[in-house]
Amino acid sequence: MTRREILTRAAALVFLPLLAGGPAAAAGPRTHTIVMQNMRFGPVPANIKAGDTIVWVNRDIVPHTATARNGSFDVVIPARRSATMVVRRTGTLAFYCRYHPAMRGSLVAAR
Amino acid sequence: MIRKFGAIGAAMLLSVSVPAFSHDTAINDAQIAHVAYTAGQIDVDAARQALERSRNADVRAFAETMVRDHAAVNEQALALVQRLHVTPETNPTSASLTTQAADAHRRLGALEGAAFDRAYVANEVAYHRAVNSALRGTLIPNAHNAELKSLLEAGLALFGAHQEHAEQLARQLR
Repeated sequence: MTRREILTRAAALVFLPLLAGGPAAAAGPRTHTIVMQNMRFGPVPANIKAGDTIVWVNRDIVPHTATARNGSFDVVIPARRSATMVVRRTGTLAFYCRYHPAMRGSLVAAR
Repeated sequence: MIRKFGAIGAAMLLSVSVPAFSHDTAINDAQIAHVAYTAGQIDVDAARQALERSRNADVRAFAETMVRDHAAVNEQALALVQRLHVTPETNPTSASLTTQAADAHRRLGALEGAAFDRAYVANEVAYHRAVNSALRGTLIPNAHNAELKSLLEAGLALFGAHQEHAEQLARQLR
């Protein structure tokens, strides 16, 4: 390895992490949060893509579930805890809480 | 002096009323804690009776939620009173709730099948309405400790959702 190559690689090691945290990261998977509070699902982020992670945060004093109507996910979130899942499907995914069926929401996952 | 409030619609198969403390004999935190805990335990017991008798999947799912939720809230209520060094105190309101629950348990015990399901769910609607009315009108306004008040407020949001769930189920079973 030449001195020039070593310097180039060293520079890449330094700059790549910076790039990863910069605008280029927008193309990679992201993490979104949906809060469950007072027996309701809070606002659902609009820019979800397949491969992104959703953190379900339960601020209530009882357990909830985030369950897709089409069966593509079913996450149990204990009282005052959170749980994460990766969005696997695209399209509009209606979800509800199996324990409290009046709690409903939907998310749109883009390709 | 005790007066009755939270009258439930006469159409209800089983009526539930929660006697309230009048303004001159304000209910204290130890009594409020006892009422709240008793109310939760009563609903857990009613749900266990439903799980023994009902074959209806929706009724059973509702009863399972009642056991899960009321047990979770009561666990937190117990932890809170222990932390606050408060000993829950029996009082006419919790005694009346217990008596009415025993009556309801007996009446429901004589029913089976769809008749049981309808009566259990009607009682759950009436019971949650009465308890929510007591929470709103008496227990929350009289609670002194901020943590107790906050737990009761969270309880009201939860039991409001239970009431809606029971009302929806009652329409479905009609």
